Amino acid sequence: MPRPGFVLDVDRSTPPMLFWRGENFSLERLPADRSRVIYPPEPLAGVEDPEGAIRNALLNPMDSDPLPTLLKPGMKLTICFDDASLSLPKMRQPDTRQRIIEAVLELAAEAGVDDVHLIAALGLHRRMHDYELKHVLGDRIFDAFHPRGTLYQHDAEDYDNLTVIGETEEGEVLEINKRVAESDLVVYANVNQVAMDGGWKSITTGVASYRCLSFHHNPKTLQNTRSLMDRHHSALHQSLWRMGEVLRKSGPQIFTVETTLNTNTFPKPFDFLAKREWEWNAKDRATYLATQKSLSAMPLKARRKIMHSIESPYEMTSVQAGFTPTVHEETLKHVYAQHLVEVEGQTDILTMGIPYICPYNPEGVMNPILVMCMGLGYLFNMYRGKPLVREGGVIIMTHPTYRDFNPVHHPSYIDFFEEVLTDTTDPAVMSEKWEKKYAEDEWYRHLYRTGNAYHGVHPFYAWYWGAHGQQHAGKVIIVGGDAPTVRRLGFTPASTMNDAFEIASDVVGRAPTVTHLHVPSVLVADVK
Amino acid sequence: MRALQVRRNVAKLGMARIASAVSPTMAAKMGPLDLRAIADPSCPGGTNTTGWHQVKTRLAGICGSDISLVEGHASTYFEDWVSFPFVPGHEVVGELESGRRVILEPVLGHAARGLPLPFEGASPADGDDYAHLAVDSNGGALEAGIQTGFCCSTGGGWAPWFWAHDSQLHDIDDSMPDERAVLVEPLAGGIHAALLSRPSLAGIENPVVAVLGAGTMGLAAIAGLKRYVPEARIVVGARYPHQQAFAKALGADVVVPDSHLQSAVRRQVGGMIVGGQLTSGAHVTIDAVGSNSSVVDALAMTKPRGRVVLLGMPADVTLDLTGLWHRETELKGAYTYGTETLADGSTAKTFDLAVDTANHFEAERLLSATYPLADHVDAIAHAATAGRRGAVKIAFDLRTGDS
Repeated sequence: MPRPGFVLDVDRSTPPMLFWRGENFSLERLPADRSRVIYPPEPLAGVEDPEGAIRNALLNPMDSDPLPTLLKPGMKLTICFDDASLSLPKMRQPDTRQRIIEAVLELAAEAGVDDVHLIAALGLHRRMHDYELKHVLGDRIFDAFHPRGTLYQHDAEDYDNLTVIGETEEGEVLEINKRVAESDLVVYANVNQVAMDGGWKSITTGVASYRCLSFHHNPKTLQNTRSLMDRHHSALHQSLWRMGEVLRKSGPQIFTVETTLNTNTFPKPFDFLAKREWEWNAKDRATYLATQKSLSAMPLKARRKIMHSIESPYEMTSVQAGFTPTVHEETLKHVYAQHLVEVEGQTDILTMGIPYICPYNPEGVMNPILVMCMGLGYLFNMYRGKPLVREGGVIIMTHPTYRDFNPVHHPSYIDFFEEVLTDTTDPAVMSEKWEKKYAEDEWYRHLYRTGNAYHGVHPFYAWYWGAHGQQHAGKVIIVGGDAPTVRRLGFTPASTMNDAFEIASDVVGRAPTVTHLHVPSVLVADVK
Repeated sequence: MRALQVRRNVAKLGMARIASAVSPTMAAKMGPLDLRAIADPSCPGGTNTTGWHQVKTRLAGICGSDISLVEGHASTYFEDWVSFPFVPGHEVVGELESGRRVILEPVLGHAARGLPLPFEGASPADGDDYAHLAVDSNGGALEAGIQTGFCCSTGGGWAPWFWAHDSQLHDIDDSMPDERAVLVEPLAGGIHAALLSRPSLAGIENPVVAVLGAGTMGLAAIAGLKRYVPEARIVVGARYPHQQAFAKALGADVVVPDSHLQSAVRRQVGGMIVGGQLTSGAHVTIDAVGSNSSVVDALAMTKPRGRVVLLGMPADVTLDLTGLWHRETELKGAYTYGTETLADGSTAKTFDLAVDTANHFEAERLLSATYPLADHVDAIAHAATAGRRGAVKIAFDLRTGDS
């Protein structure tokens, strides 16, 4: 029986805590008697027969007819699926999406449906490499569809193949992939790793245009998203649900398949990362030391290669299919069952280790903008109710924050760092002054459409993702980061955790309360 | 007197060239430059001494072209345009016997050689026939030499004193410190390069000028652009942090590490990158480095039918000129200074503009260190590695008389 998450009060006997530092980690001692550590629940058990569970969900959907009754010969069937931003790290094969799509294709074949397209729902993310598509879908699907041109990736800049579905009462225009819009049935194959994912968000962002995304991917919306992991208090999700309603009324029929994963993230020899530090045995301590020292001795590229080669032994904990909103509410129950930890009250200082990966650098470099996005965007938003840190408090992150970019994946990020961040770190100002130029840049557009680059506007979105955290925190400190780069982000560099606490004392006084968000793995703090 | 002198010595030049790859100090020791006792030069005016003055050196800068020479990298092109043995030093602030402080405009032009001026009021470097620079004149008293500092007859600034002609001398006010005045000559070179960008910017809305390199000459070009081509948006690639800081202080609009310059230019003008070249680019690029790679980079970031101004002395380079041909790029040299045409159509002497610019920007901030002549090995080594050592301009200081 997996143990639930809990809050540990730190005393003098508490061992130092594990912090991610990009492609490495460190152990840091937290101040006794005024610190606490939030541990995630242990991984829930996966369903024993994933294929059977998926088939059962397709045959017994929620608020929908069973999938076989929706499949007719001569119909246009489109299957959309989440891209390489999920899961993190990538899951061991077979990927859940492969299982879903194989099941759907089997039913489609039985029904005589032969006009089937598979579309990677990229939104403005980078196009997946072929090896990534094969990893997600399996060789059989890839070989059957890719050579025929019926497996492809959404293009948010291909205006000949985008169509407007309608407009919300707030004036938000829903513009999506034309093949999706003109399909008789759209099946969405989802992997839900955090509460932010899924629901109407899948289609209304994954196959939408830049124009459509800009209605909610903006500073005002993100600053009023409290939080990304709580859709009922998220301005972002409210906008997406309004668009979903337009889609329901005026778009194609959608059949959503959502799955949830447990948090069994790291295989051996990295499995000690998921253990609670005081439960480390001699072997765990030795493994930690050996791993940490070995990684320290390696060149950065080698460290990165090792980390990105990790494949997680995730297990599927639930699958539900049918009408999107109903399915998603059920999905959220399973997500929260895995992630939620009750926490009493806020803290003066929130500490968090930033890992080597976030949704926007699978197989790539965690550049400085993504460090901000991961810290203030994702980890800060791992709450329901109130943020873990009080307004005006201090956020301390650990990461090397090297000035390093992947020029193939993140070309506009490089220019954003050099041009926009030297001008402003204010999301509203950069949105007004710079966003349009980057969004409409022909070179970025070309690289997004034909290469493996994120859309030109994407660094703005990554920055806006942290807008709420940036607005909320009194100071942000990065321990161990390249100092000029950290300053460029608008943050304060510190060499050690103790230095960071000293710097933080200017804002929160000499005896602040400290809360450490233990990563890994993923948790959502339910702050009362 | 004891002075630094360069003799024609092929073996020493060869050794210096090899040693420079290892250590600038070794190159300076092994190269053709020596501190030695030399005979006092005779007046280069010959029988007509009118207009010639003995100038006591106060400060004399070390220029990139001097280092190329000392390290054996200078082009053989100049062999027929200089006369050996010569005393280098052409960035000079000095003092006449009368006590007047002067700046040297080093080109040995028509007036110094007793020849008619190419036009009334011409500066020493004006004219479109350089024959006078390469021939003996004044009855043989003034031998070939493009400038003071490359001519055996006049001496040069790396000595306690040298000869200079009236046409080469500019008085300076008491308010201008020597440390500022010694930067006037390189500033004049930078201003000349900046003004050479103007014809390619005419009629263009929001013109962009890229400056590649921010050593002394790059910074001088930035200063010149800021003051005399104010409509240009200046985008600078500078390798070292202090160079980036100076570039910003002088008014550059965008300053990035040198390896990011192409991207920074693209951000200003748009376009794409095809085969490592911008499809568009800067309207003008000023190459203030003068290396093979800098010329290649400059051509790749300049827009079709734009202009590349070579401010840094490039010496031998290997180039694929297909891109230049295809893009109809104009390659323009920028040697020294003369009479300039300004935006309003008026003319001015570059040195006068440079004096104003030096005062405006308080150019002494670019002078990083001075050495006595006796420490020339250290001085040359410092100048050769100025960028990485956080310096800009290095000069010899002869004001104490202790050489």
